[in-house]
Amino acid sequence: MKQGLLLRGALVALCLAAAAPANSEYGDVVLNRNAEKNGVRPVIFPHWFHRIRFRCKVCHHELGFQMRAGSNIVSMNDIIEGKFCGMCHNGQIAWGPDRCDLCHSGKPGLQSGINGDSQTKGPGKW
Amino acid sequence: MKRLRWSVLTALLVLVAAVAWAATRGQPIATDGLHDPTSPAVGMLQEPAEAFGSLPEDTVGNRVRWMRALDEGLITPRTNIQPETKVNLRTTEVLLKNTGEMPMVRFPHRQHTAWLDCSNCHDHLFAREAGRTRINMFAILAGEKCGVCHGAVAFPLTECLRCHSAPRGSPEALAFGGTIVREAAR
Repeated sequence: MKQGLLLRGALVALCLAAAAPANSEYGDVVLNRNAEKNGVRPVIFPHWFHRIRFRCKVCHHELGFQMRAGSNIVSMNDIIEGKFCGMCHNGQIAWGPDRCDLCHSGKPGLQSGINGDSQTKGPGKW
Repeated sequence: MKRLRWSVLTALLVLVAAVAWAATRGQPIATDGLHDPTSPAVGMLQEPAEAFGSLPEDTVGNRVRWMRALDEGLITPRTNIQPETKVNLRTTEVLLKNTGEMPMVRFPHRQHTAWLDCSNCHDHLFAREAGRTRINMFAILAGEKCGVCHGAVAFPLTECLRCHSAPRGSPEALAFGGTIVREAAR
């Protein structure tokens, strides 16, 4: 009887965990190394959106982004000079760096890193 | 009576969980937990649900079969920005035999080079010579080797048999004819 109760309790806990709102999409990256320090919202980089339009190799080979969240130091100067995001976000292929709010759209206080499923930074959560 | 109440409660909770799970494909940007709901970007950025709507569904990750979407021409992502960039493709398959009691791994270059450049994996993660690199699940689980992508942006490590797809003695394994590299079947 006691065992049955325990089992039901575990089942209820499991259901509640599954029902908790899932956060963000697979591979959303938060960039907040410098953003909030400089008075703008953190950047949300959506991998999925870019993946529909560009193969991984475009950013991770041509543009030079390392494949590890946190290992790329991206500054606005670089972007304005056409490096990193600025290779496309130049007003021609995609919106230009004057459209601050479209990239700097994150909640205040977010931690930098990859979101939405398992992480690439060390023991994942499976 | 008490038993019945429990059963109803349990069934209800399972239903709630199932509905929540079914709704996770394409979280609205305003409530995804990352975007600031008061940001001017909300309402201007493309919603995942709209983008994923026509793409084949998966059970894991962000629930999109990305490779199938590419193969079926449902998405046509650019391969390069600068016209002079060389787009490298490769079609050989590599058999990874030291998999203990698990089926062997058949690594297909075609699917990987459709997305990635050689330099994304070689030589810092894997030697170019097949069979030279020691790979183990601990490294992969820690986000190294295959784990750089699988689990973060490619299907996760819960999907054992998608990689461990060549049981010893199976047609997939025998097709290698005792070698570990072969040209992919057309």
